[in-house]
Amino acid sequence: MNAVVKQSVRPESIDPEEGRSLSRREFLLRLQAVGGLLLIADGSSIINAADAPKFGADGMPHGTIDNPLVFVNIAEDGLVTVVVHRSEMGQGVRTGMPLIVADELEADWAKVRVQQAPADEEKFGNQDTDGSRSTRHFIDPMRRCGAAARMMLEQAAALSWHVPVTEVRALNHEVVHEKSGRKLGFGALARAAAKLAVPARDTVRLKSAAEFRYMGKGGMPLLDGHDIVTGKAQYGIDPWFKDMLFAVIERSPVLGGKIRHFEADAAAKSPGIVKVWQLPAATATATFHPLAGVAVIANSTGAAITARKLLKIQWDDGEHGDYDSDNYRAGLEAAARNPGQVVREAGDVDKAFQSAARVVEAEYYIPHIAHATMEPPCAVARIVDGRCEVWAPTQAPQVTREDVAKHLGIPFESVTVHVTLLGGGFGRKSKPDFATEAALLSQLMEGRPVKVTWTREDDLHHDFLHTVSVEHLKAGVDAGGKVISWLHRSVAPSLATLFGPDPKHEIPPELGMGFINLPYDIPNMRLENPEAVAHCRIGWFRSVSNIPHAFGIQSFVSELAAAAGKDHRDFLLDLIGKPRLIDPQTLHDVWNHGESPQRYPVDTGRLRGVIERVTQEAGWGRKFERGHGLGLAAHYSFLSYAAAVVEVEVDSKGSVTVPRVDIAFDCGPQVNPERIRAQLEGAAVMGISLAMFGEITFKRGRSQQDNFHQYRVTRMNEAPREIHLHLIPPKNWDMPLGGVGEPGVPPIAPALCNAIFAATGKRIRRLPIRGQAGRG
Amino acid sequence: MQLQINEQTIEVSADQDLSLLWVLRDLLGMTGTKFGCGMALCGACTVLIDGKAIRSCVLPASQAVGKKITTIEGVGSTPVGAALQDAWQQINVPQCGYCQAGQIMSAAALLKDTPHPSDADIDAAMSGNICRCGTYVRIRAAIKRAAGHSEQLK
Repeated sequence: MNAVVKQSVRPESIDPEEGRSLSRREFLLRLQAVGGLLLIADGSSIINAADAPKFGADGMPHGTIDNPLVFVNIAEDGLVTVVVHRSEMGQGVRTGMPLIVADELEADWAKVRVQQAPADEEKFGNQDTDGSRSTRHFIDPMRRCGAAARMMLEQAAALSWHVPVTEVRALNHEVVHEKSGRKLGFGALARAAAKLAVPARDTVRLKSAAEFRYMGKGGMPLLDGHDIVTGKAQYGIDPWFKDMLFAVIERSPVLGGKIRHFEADAAAKSPGIVKVWQLPAATATATFHPLAGVAVIANSTGAAITARKLLKIQWDDGEHGDYDSDNYRAGLEAAARNPGQVVREAGDVDKAFQSAARVVEAEYYIPHIAHATMEPPCAVARIVDGRCEVWAPTQAPQVTREDVAKHLGIPFESVTVHVTLLGGGFGRKSKPDFATEAALLSQLMEGRPVKVTWTREDDLHHDFLHTVSVEHLKAGVDAGGKVISWLHRSVAPSLATLFGPDPKHEIPPELGMGFINLPYDIPNMRLENPEAVAHCRIGWFRSVSNIPHAFGIQSFVSELAAAAGKDHRDFLLDLIGKPRLIDPQTLHDVWNHGESPQRYPVDTGRLRGVIERVTQEAGWGRKFERGHGLGLAAHYSFLSYAAAVVEVEVDSKGSVTVPRVDIAFDCGPQVNPERIRAQLEGAAVMGISLAMFGEITFKRGRSQQDNFHQYRVTRMNEAPREIHLHLIPPKNWDMPLGGVGEPGVPPIAPALCNAIFAATGKRIRRLPIRGQAGRG
Repeated sequence: MQLQINEQTIEVSADQDLSLLWVLRDLLGMTGTKFGCGMALCGACTVLIDGKAIRSCVLPASQAVGKKITTIEGVGSTPVGAALQDAWQQINVPQCGYCQAGQIMSAAALLKDTPHPSDADIDAAMSGNICRCGTYVRIRAAIKRAAGHSEQLK
């Protein structure tokens, strides 16, 4: 086997150029959550992050906190306030976390409020809201918080009644003593309870699943629902002060570009302009540093946008000034057609190809896509007496605080980061360059509050884009239609280029997103990862590398089934093989989403289960007129199992509509099924969006899409009219949780394209679809 | 200039060309109306001008003088607006929620003219409003629910 997964460990490498190896290591840890093993660059550099591997939340910086005094406050009027330390971006965490606490606490949901934690991981535990892990990592600590607080209330009641604590119990916001019929409300007990010792962790009694009041149930109203529909909800773009200034920034159009010369006279004379500043140049390694640029500061955002058009800037584009996505695609294709670094191998693929009755080969292209959160990047900062306060829609509060402190040159303790609601995140707002910009501009304006708003053009020109990929697949099928050999080359620039030298290969978390950990029963397999170099900021976009990997693999399986003359579902189930538990290490997946391979094996029975369920529910096998069809895809990601059937209608001009999507989903225990459904509904729409329209292209190093007329996303009239969701009930609540926010997306694009094939015979191998369904 | 916003007369000093969106958000601190694209492509900034859904990001505020401006902060005082806000909450429409102010404003204009919209009516009225979280199925359901409610309220 290749050296890529070797287990040797060397002392932590320190990059003398950066001189802040800890910070970089922290970034990588946050990114990968691999616990003890961290593999970067070409596979030869392994950082020893800890002696023993740590998994789950324990492998994340600052782990978890389960102290009820940190997370739960009960007022004397009985109002329960639950602190939520993860960022709300639509996934429902500000409802989900309080729901867990309230359940164990026996609180009445109508008397529960939520308070957003500022950035402070020492106090709250890890706050990086990405990787589909908030509920998975914090269900247990939050349950313990609620249960410990409940036990303290029970203890306080027992003490006041002079009865054994075993005779009392909390029930729906009261503690009751059944023998005497006495009751005390939570509010009446709050003061006495707060003075008691917090019960030791191993004495905290959690509810059994049968006792759950809210977890696993439906119908919980959103805690922020009223504020959102009345315009009161506060996003990062909303803080407002009377003396506030408003800024937009003209940034380098090319990654790493610098300002050669600029003229600002005309802009400075534009109405409402207060100041024009040049921002400091970015450093060589992108991380989340602001890009080089010129800031226009005004008395309104509109005035700043108008004046910015009058700037005259000469850019030195630097080394990425020739980035051209057409040429780059040709390069990726060339790389994908030649042997690359072997990342997993079993049997003898080449020999098996020779003995195959039939060999099928296909190549798929998945372009850069932009997050395009409806709230563009934005932040507010002010500095008073050397202390900086930031209001930011950030998925990474702690990193935001660290970055702001570093760029301002002030201590970490002198920075407060207020986490607002996020108007969409999808991974974009894990990279808080926008917050650093606001802080720098406030510093330049002597501490006055400054709001930085990215226009949509800024957002689409300077995003941390989803990678671009070619997936090259080749398979040999025997005379009976069984796949006996499988070669897959995945080639894509890595997001690890943000943090150091370009590794030119996918790093373990990228490989582990549905590529290296393919759990199919194929005797001869070789997976290769040829080189690719990054020329723009690559970041994680919801579902990350699962999108290209699933698109390639799930489209190819459909092609194989068609070539073998078999039903796609039956063929896919055969390929997966019988139900079994697979240790991801045997698939050379050293990452496994940062989770224990024992606790989280790959369960092909569950993968089969979602395929069987979704095809049954969607009426798989239904016969349609030409131009109308069903497509299937299934994908395991973020420790959850998802399968989708997409129904399409393609008219004579090639226009595609999607009347219906079915998704079957198995994430183990479901804390808030209502929000799981919402996330899957959203995943269906986002998957269709990226498949139909999603593409950022580059010419001369510059993103070519300016706004929503050029970077299209799915609208009401293009969205599926019906989305049917089929949640697989957990076997029990001892099963570990899978992720929810991301795993719904990857199967959608291949299921859609497979449906177009079923409807028209047209095979789409290059995303986005645009008009391709009408050709051929 | 004098603007009539949510039944109130508000005096504001603004450049003639400044769009209503920035007058509301930056000069008046009424931040319920959102910025999304600046080109009338996404609908996040939708307000009602004399009952019609208008993208405030491209409308100079000076052109709204003398007209009735309704924003998300004020739409709840109309029966249709209240029914929509209620339906939105009952169905748990929002995910991130950022676009929902604009969605509700477009829906309010729709229901005012078309109390019982067909799916095609909803597509026509709502396709200018992007929701990146993908709540369209629920938006459609909430509009239909509110249409039932708003009928009762009349």
